[in-house]
Amino acid sequence: MTGLLLLTGGILVIAVFALVYRILSLVNIAKGNQEKRVGTSNAVNSFLFILFFFVGFGLIFWYSGKASENFLPEAVSEHGKLTDKLFWITTAITFVVFFLTHIVLFLSPYFFRYRETRTAYWWPDNTKLEVAWTVVPAIVLTVLVLTGWWVWRDITAPAPDDSLQVEIVGKQFNWITRYGGKDGKIGKYDYRKIDATNQLGMDFATDKSNFDDFTPREIHLPKGKSVLLKIRARDVLHSVFMPHFRVKMDAVPGMPTSFWFTPTKTTEEMRKELNDPNFNYELACTEICGQGHFAMRMVIVVSEPEEFEKWYASQEPWAKQNADYIASLNLENSKELATLFNQK
Amino acid sequence: MATVNIDLHKSVGEYAHHDDHHEEHHHHEESFITKYIFTEDHKMIAKQFLLTGIFWAIVGGALSILFRLQLGFPDANLEFLRPLLGDWITTQGKLDQNFYLALVTMHGTIMVFFVLTAGLSGTFSNFLIPLQIGARDMASGFMNMLSYWFFFLSSVIMFISLFIETGPASGGWVVYPPLSALPQAMPGSGLGMTLWLVSMSLFIVSSLLGGINYIATVINLRTDGLSFSKLPLTIWAFFLTAVLGLLSFPVLFAAALLLIFDRSFGTSFYLSEIYINGEPLHNVGGSPVLYQHLFWFLGHPEVYIVMLPGLGITSEIIATNARKPIFGYRAMIGSLLAIAFLAFIVWAHHMFVSGMNPFLGTIFMFLTLIIAVPSAVKVFNYLATLWRGNIVFTPAMLFSIGLVSLFISGGVTGIALGNSAIDIQLHDTYYVVAHFHLVMGSASFFGMLAGIYHWFPKMFGRMMDEKLGYVHFWITFIGIYMVFFPMHYLGIAGFPRRYYSWTNFNAFDTFSDLNAFISTAAIITLSAQLIFLFNFFYSMFRGRLAPENPWRSNTLEWTTPRFPGHGNWPGKIPTVYRWPYDYSKPGAKEDFIPQTVPFSATPESNLPHENEMIELEKEFAK
Repeated sequence: MTGLLLLTGGILVIAVFALVYRILSLVNIAKGNQEKRVGTSNAVNSFLFILFFFVGFGLIFWYSGKASENFLPEAVSEHGKLTDKLFWITTAITFVVFFLTHIVLFLSPYFFRYRETRTAYWWPDNTKLEVAWTVVPAIVLTVLVLTGWWVWRDITAPAPDDSLQVEIVGKQFNWITRYGGKDGKIGKYDYRKIDATNQLGMDFATDKSNFDDFTPREIHLPKGKSVLLKIRARDVLHSVFMPHFRVKMDAVPGMPTSFWFTPTKTTEEMRKELNDPNFNYELACTEICGQGHFAMRMVIVVSEPEEFEKWYASQEPWAKQNADYIASLNLENSKELATLFNQK
Repeated sequence: MATVNIDLHKSVGEYAHHDDHHEEHHHHEESFITKYIFTEDHKMIAKQFLLTGIFWAIVGGALSILFRLQLGFPDANLEFLRPLLGDWITTQGKLDQNFYLALVTMHGTIMVFFVLTAGLSGTFSNFLIPLQIGARDMASGFMNMLSYWFFFLSSVIMFISLFIETGPASGGWVVYPPLSALPQAMPGSGLGMTLWLVSMSLFIVSSLLGGINYIATVINLRTDGLSFSKLPLTIWAFFLTAVLGLLSFPVLFAAALLLIFDRSFGTSFYLSEIYINGEPLHNVGGSPVLYQHLFWFLGHPEVYIVMLPGLGITSEIIATNARKPIFGYRAMIGSLLAIAFLAFIVWAHHMFVSGMNPFLGTIFMFLTLIIAVPSAVKVFNYLATLWRGNIVFTPAMLFSIGLVSLFISGGVTGIALGNSAIDIQLHDTYYVVAHFHLVMGSASFFGMLAGIYHWFPKMFGRMMDEKLGYVHFWITFIGIYMVFFPMHYLGIAGFPRRYYSWTNFNAFDTFSDLNAFISTAAIITLSAQLIFLFNFFYSMFRGRLAPENPWRSNTLEWTTPRFPGHGNWPGKIPTVYRWPYDYSKPGAKEDFIPQTVPFSATPESNLPHENEMIELEKEFAK
């Protein structure tokens, strides 16, 4: 019933609209407005561009200040500080271009609007000008590319040998993380070994360094030490995104990827700085992976190196927590191995 | 040229016939079916593409409103949409999470391919190429007809996929495997994805049939005197667009074919070491990154396939309505050529963090930022064309100026994104969404609207209402900026794309007011398109009859009668003597000199080298 009412209402509104429109256009014809080359709307439109320019840029300046309160805090990784700097320099340069071109674009309509008495200026080309505005952007872009390249080259250079290795595995719809345990080595895996218990497919049969690996619920990182993320995916594409650290790298099934960086601020320091006791660094997914794509959250904890070492030493190996599973593998001397790696 | 012309006309049979017996045979034996449905007249085919494109634009726009409701008003009860969406509304009155991804995917697919590729190129390449180069029709009217009907079939299949139980394809418009390859990964990767692949394959066929035709027509059927150096920039743009499509769409076809194999025949092109739904799959050795390379080898040229026609259309409209020659005609052609060439070698800038070798990232960063130079040249040339013009603000002109603005504001952010170091943070955030919606989506959409307003009189012999056009422009222009500009802020704050909701994360649990604002602006902007639809359909039947050359334009299409028949010119095809941009030439009586006016008729305005052409004209006439 309401639907029917809405429909009739809609039809009525459209009918009235059409009628008014028809009357207005008939009036226009009667007045002979159609004969003139341009009407008053020409001036109105040209003026609206000026209005749009001032209101538009006014809003941009006003809101940019307000919005920046919600931006991410300053980057907490060494490379992130550099990429942020590059971003803001690029933004400043491009904003100037954006602003200047719009002055010409939105102000010329008013000054050069059609008038019977004027003729347009015959100006088919101007080689000097054209060379100038080809060469100048080319130079500016070259500078931007080169600085970007230097930073990119360092970011993608091989990780320092003493980096802490952390495995991050994406699956529908959560992350799993794994550390190398006492020997610091992350054990080999085989996707065919994955099951409900051994979610990472750790291959205990071929790689003993799996026995001391542990899989905490949160990612812990030491401040000031380089960290190498070893990234893989179990099912579909995912992407490791650590917004505060300016870290992003896809997780690809069948093709392990990596990203290394150095955290520069502990979670505690950040909490104090932001005056937010609940603050946490987070890991998100930025490659569409299905229904739960938006909910793949994992907390990252950055602490002082000593504190981190303490936490690292206190973690129990996965193999110890899942002794039954290890036993069920019926590995030769698995018991000895397990005890070897688990006991202090 | 003349001989080539005549030979080719004979090869298309009917049209040579028109040359000789035009008057008496014009309207012979055209039934409703041959005139409106299975027509071979390029003008009617253009209108078919246009109407289908408008239909898809409405569908694509409506889908975006649905997911904007979720993003802007996450707490709202959407129960009222149940009659439309059925079980895609959950029992809590929310949008289903899988369906949200389906909406995002279909919005992208529809807008990029069905509206801005088929709707834009299909309409204006078809309509304008023969009219502006002085041809009776396309090189092959039959292939042209097939092109539309393949598109139609593709459209039907894609439309059907919206209504199936498991939903349409949902893996994003890029449909990256393994997500799109494994039906167990999401419901949309089942039948919906199969239909997507079938539909897109047919779409590619349509696109190739059209493209071959456009290229052949532009090369072979230009009228006497119309050399490439006198072509309107519209034709240059359509020509290069067709070349881009012809070279890149087959690669998408290859990508789709391999994906079909992986999905249905157990191959492992894109799949390797996957454990899903409690079982490991047998596939090893494939690479999801291979798909991304193949996809973006089309995907990047595709954004220029979408953009170049818009740039061509606005070049023409801005020159005509500024009453000034386009500034730097040769530079405009040069930059089109440069963009078309570079478009093929920048694709991997979509993949900086895909896991591909970072050295490749370096190469593609260099190549990507080079493409900004010809784009900048185009912008400066537009500004110089407006400078000291005598500007008439038709609705088409307003949309063209709007296009230049959107092209700048969306283009400059590309400089940040193209820089691989900066892209690490911005990749797949709303910054990207803002960037491409402005520079590619909205700008080419404005190109399309500008084209419709400008050539409506030629299409339907009637004028659209100007006042409604002005209102439509201002609401749309303001609305577009209100929707997409704020997304830069979301992107800088790190908001990832394709998120159903951001509240799970402390980092993204902000800006809910801004998201509500964006959604409201989107609803208003889309509603304003009703003004356009009314104007379009009303004027088609009841609009004021159009004068022959309403915009006092120079190009050939305005020398045809008000309602050009199949064959376009009732008499001989006009000869072209000059470039299309003789506006406000010093000394000339009028502020425009059509391309068909010989230099011998305009001694008062000829430039020195043009006086020499008079001799040539005389010889030509013999």
